[in-house]
Amino acid sequence: MKPPVATRGHPAYWAFVLHRISGVGLAVFLPLHFYVLAMAVDEAARLDRFLAWTENPLVKLAEAGLVILLAAHLAGGLRLLAVEFLPWRDRQKDYIALGGGFAVVAGLFFLLGAF
Amino acid sequence: MSENDTLSVDIWRGGEDGSFQTFHVPQRDHQTILDVVTYVQKKLDPALAYRFACRVGMCGSCAMTVNGEPRWTCRTHVSRVARDGKLTIAPLRNMPVIRDLVTDMTPFFEKWRRATGSFVPSATRHDPMASVDPASAERTAADEGIECINCGICYAACDVVAWNLDYLGPAALNRAWTLVNDERDADRTGHLRAVAGDAGCHACHTHQSCSTYCPKALNPTAAIAGLKRRTVEAALKGGL
Ligand code: SF4
Ligand code: SF4
Ligand code: FES
Repeated sequence: MKPPVATRGHPAYWAFVLHRISGVGLAVFLPLHFYVLAMAVDEAARLDRFLAWTENPLVKLAEAGLVILLAAHLAGGLRLLAVEFLPWRDRQKDYIALGGGFAVVAGLFFLLGAF
Repeated sequence: MSENDTLSVDIWRGGEDGSFQTFHVPQRDHQTILDVVTYVQKKLDPALAYRFACRVGMCGSCAMTVNGEPRWTCRTHVSRVARDGKLTIAPLRNMPVIRDLVTDMTPFFEKWRRATGSFVPSATRHDPMASVDPASAERTAADEGIECINCGICYAACDVVAWNLDYLGPAALNRAWTLVNDERDADRTGHLRAVAGDAGCHACHTHQSCSTYCPKALNPTAAIAGLKRRTVEAALKGGL
């Protein structure tokens, strides 16, 4: 039996979890991305078929998710650089909220452009 | 006081692979978690092992995990943390459990030594008193970290310690930071070198659980961020 642990319910921890999830998500996505791009070299027809498929609204929605992950990872990375290389500021929660907001807004802009 | 006059208290019994035992304790005004544990030991089971000394938030020996969160039990009121008259009290996380609520804090203090948590004098008793400008940036930085009572709460809250038992942890690093900022210390580079390694300041993921739970409202995360900066500066200048 293990005693319960309840120390993870605060914004800086959520920021860490989001950064980790978006990082792993992007790491999984990138090889697939390059694989598809590589089709352009000698399988152009297959690439075109794939690109036609990506016009599907569900795929667009998934792409918006990807943009959010990317924006979240970018904002999280900037926050960490600020924490580690600028003098400490007590407004950490505000920065985390700003980063989260930036990620969602980036995703919404992508959706506006996509449809 | 809530409508419930009796608290239902689950207390950890045994060592690492122990389990919870439920006790019923009368609820009182202004009761602390330490009062609850003391009641159990005095009235219900004299074999219960726990640790405390000052009872006023100075010694740092009474920390336990209350409802999953590390707390100084002598200064934590039941009314603030009980949920529906229920409490769960366990030993601190990230340290070997000796018995019941008592942990072995040796690894915690061992890391203070590894982080070179002791002052290296640059003068003797025969020299005049050092005069340190209280308004200087370094003195201010050190001031923010020196009220630590070695309670181990930050260390128990830190997931990086849980993932890597070698990690020096927030308290030892916070201590090192106060010395790095002490202009009277003769080996400030030595303190930096001690924390620059794999299990040192750069292992911190900035979760801020340490700062969230420190009962003295210290901010080890900020101290560690300072160490990250100073170690990088020193490495770039070739001084590490
Ligand atoms: S900020 Fe660093 S030391 Fe503090 S709890 Fe998080 S990982 Fe641990
Ligand atoms: S830094 Fe705070 S939580 Fe950590 S040992 Fe010191 S007083 Fe306790
Ligand atoms: S008993 Fe000393 S701090 Fe709680």
